[in-house]
Amino acid sequence: MARYDRAITVFSPDGHLFQVEYALEAVRKGNAAVGVRGTDTIVLGVEKKSTPKLQDSRSVRKIVSLDTHIALACAGLKADARVLINRARIECQSHRLTVEDPVTVEYITRYIAGLQQKYTQSGGVRPFGLSTLIVGFDPDTGVPALYQTDPSGTFSAWKANATGRNSNSMREFLEKNYKETSGQETVKLAIRALLEVVESGGKNIEIAVMTKEHGLRQLEEAEIDAIVAEIEAEKAAAEAAKKAPSRDT
Amino acid sequence: MKLDLSGLQSFPSIPGSAVDDLGEDLFAAPSFQLPACSDFDGFQKDAIQMVKPAKGTTTLAFIFKEGVIVAADSRASMGGYISSQSVKKIIEINPYMLGTMAGGAADCQFWHRNLGIKCRLHELANKRRISVTGASKLLANILYSYRGMGLSVGTMIAGWDEKGPGLYYVDSEGGRLKGTRFSVGSGSPYAYGVLDSGYRFDMTVEEAAELARRAIYHATFRDGASGGVASVYHVGPDGWKKLSGDDVGELHYKYYPVAPTPVEQEMTDAPAA
Repeated sequence: MARYDRAITVFSPDGHLFQVEYALEAVRKGNAAVGVRGTDTIVLGVEKKSTPKLQDSRSVRKIVSLDTHIALACAGLKADARVLINRARIECQSHRLTVEDPVTVEYITRYIAGLQQKYTQSGGVRPFGLSTLIVGFDPDTGVPALYQTDPSGTFSAWKANATGRNSNSMREFLEKNYKETSGQETVKLAIRALLEVVESGGKNIEIAVMTKEHGLRQLEEAEIDAIVAEIEAEKAAAEAAKKAPSRDT
Repeated sequence: MKLDLSGLQSFPSIPGSAVDDLGEDLFAAPSFQLPACSDFDGFQKDAIQMVKPAKGTTTLAFIFKEGVIVAADSRASMGGYISSQSVKKIIEINPYMLGTMAGGAADCQFWHRNLGIKCRLHELANKRRISVTGASKLLANILYSYRGMGLSVGTMIAGWDEKGPGLYYVDSEGGRLKGTRFSVGSGSPYAYGVLDSGYRFDMTVEEAAELARRAIYHATFRDGASGGVASVYHVGPDGWKKLSGDDVGELHYKYYPVAPTPVEQEMTDAPAA
C-alpha cells in the first residue's frame, strides 16, 4: 500500500487541482442530462446515444433510483457511477436502519458529495469522473428537491439544471424559459431543454418522472414521442403566429 | 490487543455502512484486552453478576394526552449501604429530551452525555432536531456493540418530536422497546402497581404528575434500594420542565397524616412519695 500513497491530486502553483478539472472535462464529454423541479413533480432526462442493434437496451439504465423516493441521473464515466450509486444505496438503507427514517435528498447528496471529495484528497486514487443530478421528495415535508454534485465534491440545490454534453446551452435555455410548473408542464420543459442539444425523437431521449404518490416512473418511448410531437406543434404554431400579425399591418 | 475506542468518538459514525475502500474498516467492533485468567467465561459471568443487582432504583415514565411524565427516586446504594440520597437520576439530554438512570451511574451518565453530543451534531448537520426514535436507536446501537462487556444501563428515553410524544426503553443487553408506560429498577413492581391502576390517557398535567409522584413514593416505601427525593418532570411540545422534587419521607406524612388517637387513660405523674 505504501508504494501507492503518492497523491494524484495535488495543487498546482496557481491553486488549481488539475485532476479535478480534468475530471470535469470527462463530465463535459458525457451524455447530456437535465433535471427540472416542479411544484409536485420532478423530471430527469438524459440523452440516449444510439444503441447498437445487438445491444439489449434494458441493461443500460441511465436514470436509477437510490431509494423509493430518491432518483439519480449522471453524466460522465458510467463505471464510476456504478460504484457511487451502490454506496449511496447502502447509505440510504443504513440511514433507515439507524434512525428509522428515510434519508432526505439533502442528506444523501451530502453523502455522495462527501464521497467525491474524499477521492480528491487521498493517496493513490483519482477523482470520480461524473456529475450527478439527484432528485427526490423529502420524507416528512414532501417538498421536492433537485441537487447537483460534481467531481470536486461541491453540491448545491437547483430549480433546474443540466450537465454533460452541451450543458451550457441547455442551462441558458432553462434560464430563459424556466417558470414554476407542475405535472405535465414540468415534463415538457425538461424535454424542450433536452431537444435543444439532442436529435428529436423518443429513441434518443430517456425521461423519468417522480411524483410523491407514484415514485419514479420511466416514460415509454411512445409517450415521449407524443410529447415531442406536442412540443413541435406548439413551436410551429408560435412561428406562424409571429409571421401572421406582421403581414396584417 | 489494542483498546478500540471507536464507540467513544464524538462524531456520528454510522454502524452498518460498508467498508470504506480507503482502508478504514467501519465494521470493527469495540474490543478490550482479555484478562490473563484460566477461566475467562466464569470470570465474565462473575463480573456481570457483580453489576447486575446494582439497578437499585425506581424510575418510571408514561405517555398521556399532554405529553410524557418522567419520574425517579434519588437513592444510590452499594449493597446495604446508602451512598447517596440526592442522585440526579433524570438526565437532561437536551432541552426536549430526557433520559432516566438505572444500573451503573457512571455508564448512564456518560452514555447519555455522549448521546446528547450525537443529537446536537445531528441537528447541526441536518438542520432539524433528531427524532426520539432516532436518538434511542443511536443509544441502543452503541450499547449493543458493547454487549457482554459489563455495561449496566436500563434507561428510558422520553421526548417530544415532530411526531408528538415519544418514549423508548433501552438497555445494556441491546434491547429497545417502544411503549407508553415503563418503569425500571428494583422498585418497579411496586411503581407499576400504582401506575397501572391509576393510569388514564386523558389526565391533566397535575393529575399525571400526582400519579407519578405516588407511584415513586409507594416504591420507595417498600423497596429498600429506593428513596430520597421523588422528582417529577413533564415533557411537552416546548420541551421538558421539572414539576416537583419532594422528599419521600415528607410525602409519607402528607398522604398518611398522623391522626391524633383518642386517649383512654391519661398518664399522670405519680404523687411524690
